[in-house]
Amino acid sequence: MSTRNPILFNDIPAESGLRRALEMHPLDIVAEVRASGLKGRGGAGFPTAMKWQLAAAAEGATKYVVCNADEGEPGTFKDRVLLSDFADLVFEGMTIASLAIGATGGIVYLRGEYTYLVAHLESVLARRRQANLLGNDILGRKDWNFDIVIHLGSGAYVCGEETALIESLEGHRGEPRNRPPFPVNTGYMGRPTIVNNVETLCLAARVLARGATWFRQYGTHASTGSKLFSVSGDCAKPGVYELPMGITIADLLVEVGGLGAKAVQVGGASGHCVPSRLFDRTLAFEDAPTGGSIIIFGQQRDMLAVARNFMEFFVDESCGQCTPCRYGNSVLLDGIERLEKGTCSIRHLNELKALGETMELASKCGLGQSAPKAFLSIIEHFHDEVLGREPPHFAA
Amino acid sequence: MLPAQQARLAADIAELADHHGRCRSALLPILQGIQRDHHQISDFAMQEVARQLDIHPVEVYGVVTFYSFLNTGREGRMVVRLCRTISCDMQHKDRIARQLENDLGIKFGDTTSDGRFTLQWAHCLGMCDQGPALLVNDQVFTRVNCEQVHEILENCRKTFTASGHVLTTGHGHGTAKEAFAR
Ligand SMILES: Cc1cc2nc3c(=O)[nH]c(=O)nc-3n(C[C@H](O)[C@H](O)[C@H](O)COP(=O)(O)O)c2cc1C
Ligand code: SF4
Ligand code: FES
Repeated sequence: MSTRNPILFNDIPAESGLRRALEMHPLDIVAEVRASGLKGRGGAGFPTAMKWQLAAAAEGATKYVVCNADEGEPGTFKDRVLLSDFADLVFEGMTIASLAIGATGGIVYLRGEYTYLVAHLESVLARRRQANLLGNDILGRKDWNFDIVIHLGSGAYVCGEETALIESLEGHRGEPRNRPPFPVNTGYMGRPTIVNNVETLCLAARVLARGATWFRQYGTHASTGSKLFSVSGDCAKPGVYELPMGITIADLLVEVGGLGAKAVQVGGASGHCVPSRLFDRTLAFEDAPTGGSIIIFGQQRDMLAVARNFMEFFVDESCGQCTPCRYGNSVLLDGIERLEKGTCSIRHLNELKALGETMELASKCGLGQSAPKAFLSIIEHFHDEVLGREPPHFAA
Repeated sequence: MLPAQQARLAADIAELADHHGRCRSALLPILQGIQRDHHQISDFAMQEVARQLDIHPVEVYGVVTFYSFLNTGREGRMVVRLCRTISCDMQHKDRIARQLENDLGIKFGDTTSDGRFTLQWAHCLGMCDQGPALLVNDQVFTRVNCEQVHEILENCRKTFTASGHVLTTGHGHGTAKEAFAR
């Protein structure tokens, strides 16, 4: 059994998932996805079938399928590859989802940075309309009407959060909403809406094509199937890799030519920094989860500079709606500056840790809840490197 | 702004609203269109959008100021955005940054006096395996080295015609298609 490219990058006939779904009852489609154990690949790992089932059960003639193509997490670029090389598979997944939940409208929320993909995506959509893979009475199934539009973002990371994304689609500032209500009941325009990551939708199409049992042979019990990893940083072969869920960091480093690394950032700026002595940890929801971002740091890297880069990102990208995040990120950045200058007391460092933990608990959305993680894990694992620094010598 | 310019802008906005619809969910596509064609969303533009969509101008202002690709102040016709996030940082984005500043004669956040170029920082552009990465308007360039900074900017300059209009967002290496061919 090959463990490379088993599911997404595998040569499976186009539209075979869609054709199988066409013969099925919507409830059976959801049941197949449930049996596969598929969990969302956007980061949070929410069971896809549960989301679909809730939206299917929600009242209303108008429902939406939203493909989250905002891909803003630092170090993530696998959705770009899917959109450029596997656009049909993305749309196939959305179309299957529309049948499962009874949606008539599909929206791809594409980050503004990927505007250059629009022409390609529009041409694929036009071809699909011609082939009756979109439109009215899709593939001859009566009353299955569904079409997809592309909506561009405008440079705001927080809009990847699903309720902020919906706010943005509705023409508002991309500020996350309180939940409940959840989008599956009250989503775009107040209608039942599923928001799924690009990769999740592609995997769902594969599940329909080959069946849940086939899908489950890859990955672990709690994290079935494969995962796309966007690998960058200090390694010989950066790029996108499809590997089974549950692979250890050490094995992944062998694949990508990253042996001898000092640390790996798992899950982007919102993720954890894992030092080399913990490289036997597995990349899976039950251990070290990642939306796909893997950034490798060689021995020469200054981990405090890494923490600073991530913290500057969050200071910039916080939407400012709630205090722990708006204020906390700036205070943590200030703390990093003190560490750089060698002027941070241990007492102050402990305060920063407590602040980080408060942010994890008290922030309104995932951005503020995960913003301190990189800092906290770097402080924990690279204590000796970070404390007692000599102040930098400034050129007059 | 001259009355004739205002009338032209208002007509452009009306056209965008015809195309995208006169509802709240059309607001972002309309604003993106104004930004693309006029390199700025001025007070007048915000008022005009508000009038056409029948919402309060403050609502429009709130949206424009939220998104980093929308701007109330005037931007250059070419916006160069260099990725500053960690993977590009480790691939020497600082050298590219200095070269851009030298070749454009401006600092990050500024616009050249001829109104052609604006230089900005960006966060991760999704090209981390091929850094340093930058965008020029919508076009992405990857594995940029210092010499290519000059080439990229020269190619941009060639696209400005005598009348100062942009023909296209540039040619040359590193088009999206090439970048995907891993
Ligand atoms: C700040 C923030 C940014 C996010 N960005 C993205 C993103 O770019 N793409 C994505 O699929 N999910 C992103 N998410 C997760 C979404 O909120 C949502 O959980 C996901 O789209 C659900 O899809 P899935 O169940 O298929 O994973 C983000 C979450 C947060 C808190
Ligand atoms: S946690 Fe941050 S990004 Fe999320 S709502 Fe609060 S301020 Fe906004
Ligand atoms: S870090 Fe520069 S493109 Fe991702």
